[in-house]
Amino acid sequence: MLQISKLHKSYPIGDSSLHVLKGIDLSVEEGEMVAIMGSSGSGKSTLLNIIGMLDEADEGEYVLDGVPIKNLTEKKAAIYRNKFLGFIFQSFNLINYKNALENVALPLYYQGMNRKERSEKALFHLGKVGLKDWAHHLPNELSGGQKQRVAIARALAANPKLLLADEPTGALDTKTSYEIMAFLQQLNDEGKTLLIVTHEEDIAAMCKRVVKLRDGVIMEDTRVEQVRAAAHV
Amino acid sequence: MFDLDLWREIFQSINKNRTRSVLSGFTVAFAILLFAVLFGIANGLNNTFDEAFVDDANNAIFIFSGMTSKAHKGHQAGRRIQFKNEDYDFVKEAYGDNVQYITARIYKNVNATFRNEKNTYNVRAVHPDHQYLENTLIKEGRYINQLDIDNRAKNVIIGRLVEEDLFLKTTALGKYINLNGIQYKVVGTFTDDGGDNEERMIYMPVTTAQRIYGNNDYIDQINLTYNPKMNYNQAIAFSNELTRDLKDRFEVSQNDQRAIRVRNLANESKSINQMTFGLGVIILVIGFGTLIAGVVGISNIMIFIVKERTKEIGIRKALGAPPKAIVSIILLESIIITAIAGWLGLVLGIGVLELVGSSLETYFIKDPSVSPRLVFGATITLIIAGAIAGYLPAKKASKIKPIVALRDD
Repeated sequence: MLQISKLHKSYPIGDSSLHVLKGIDLSVEEGEMVAIMGSSGSGKSTLLNIIGMLDEADEGEYVLDGVPIKNLTEKKAAIYRNKFLGFIFQSFNLINYKNALENVALPLYYQGMNRKERSEKALFHLGKVGLKDWAHHLPNELSGGQKQRVAIARALAANPKLLLADEPTGALDTKTSYEIMAFLQQLNDEGKTLLIVTHEEDIAAMCKRVVKLRDGVIMEDTRVEQVRAAAHV
Repeated sequence: MFDLDLWREIFQSINKNRTRSVLSGFTVAFAILLFAVLFGIANGLNNTFDEAFVDDANNAIFIFSGMTSKAHKGHQAGRRIQFKNEDYDFVKEAYGDNVQYITARIYKNVNATFRNEKNTYNVRAVHPDHQYLENTLIKEGRYINQLDIDNRAKNVIIGRLVEEDLFLKTTALGKYINLNGIQYKVVGTFTDDGGDNEERMIYMPVTTAQRIYGNNDYIDQINLTYNPKMNYNQAIAFSNELTRDLKDRFEVSQNDQRAIRVRNLANESKSINQMTFGLGVIILVIGFGTLIAGVVGISNIMIFIVKERTKEIGIRKALGAPPKAIVSIILLESIIITAIAGWLGLVLGIGVLELVGSSLETYFIKDPSVSPRLVFGATITLIIAGAIAGYLPAKKASKIKPIVALRDD
């Protein structure tokens, strides 16, 4: 599903440069639920951004679903992002002047789907996250947990191969965090592949595999017994 | 080609971000409004000047006589200078080609009667050339001709309003009109762009007036036009020479400003022409100034809009928006706002001119109007400028890395 080898990335800082990723090797199979952990500055977000094609690696190989991701044009990257990836952000990143339904439908718009089909599909996904009745509400009329669920519905809308979540529970209280995690676990149960960046141990424990990063290298890569979030809700 | 969804996206964005849309639209609308109003007022000033000099030939020279104010060559001050036919002949012969048209004028005031209708009118007794000096337009019949002059014919030409006053609904041509008890034949009627006073005038041959009113060869005034090939400076030199010669002829001091006065329209035309030119320059400066201000305004707004939408652009890119979609949504939005606002400014500007136009006549602004085509052109310029100004930031925005755009919160 996802193979990364000898991945390097540095950022220029003034005259010198900061070597953030120092040769990452990682491979993720379909159906996995991987937590990427590390303190701030460990390079976990950079890794996620490279996987999400939001950023490009300096060196190394990255193959997603059999497609080598290298020297992409902006246009091609946009198409791949749309087709392969669904993003879930810490700060939700909903477009504030669009209602829940329109936000969810946006990736479908960029697929060139017609309006009617888009609305139907978006409504279906909103239903899946339990927000069918909130379809016509603007983001600022929703609670944090609801916003994140809209964002998840949006990530799911284009039926991506891989869901990328960057601190998905970072802006939520514990109870809501567990609800969101329960939902992500349910998606994983249904066969979705998930990659979750977090620095919270309890959240990582709810994944099936934990990859620990420190100073740009993988320190630890272990499979764990998944803690079911539903039990804690 | 026509992407309904794209337009829906754009209109939603305009509609939901109303403050932003209204503010940017306001700048454009205001620029166009100012452009239209200022241009209209400048045009109005121009119209006033044009109108003021449409009536008479603008290469005319008028020669008046009065009382001497200085003693000269043994004559005492206070002598009355009276032009006669010989003076007219002198001016006509002495300057050859320099004189284009020339006429004498005698002023009289008459009581005119036709059947039961009566009124008083001014009479000008003139030579045939007068027609060209005063831009008299023949409506029916003819003007005074040389035969009338030679025969001292009792023929008159009457203005449109004289005909209306005295002949009511009938035509005056060929009928006899009674002026102070003497019958004259109406051989022509005329109109004049110089206004009602000019059309309430009666013309008769200068010799006829001399015979009937005093049986002398007196003339009140001599009017002429100089050769139009002369430029302003030559024309002014010519009239200076004319003044000198006439003052010598009547043994008047050259310093005497009252005895003989020569008014040369070239003097006025020159300053009017300079003024009109100056006005043209001002119009141009105003036009360009407003447009440039508008362009700068739009550019700033575009940069601001792109800045404000950075995060939204990042989200859209993360969701799979290609760079082209980002550029087109920003550009089209700005073009639509500019176009609508420009149109609004155009309508407002023309409306304002319509509304206040007639009340500005006291300030020498007549018919302040601006051609919609010109304002339309200005709006197009603004739209194009806005598009160019918007393209660069939009292009830059489309290249923003989503992570950068999404980071700042």
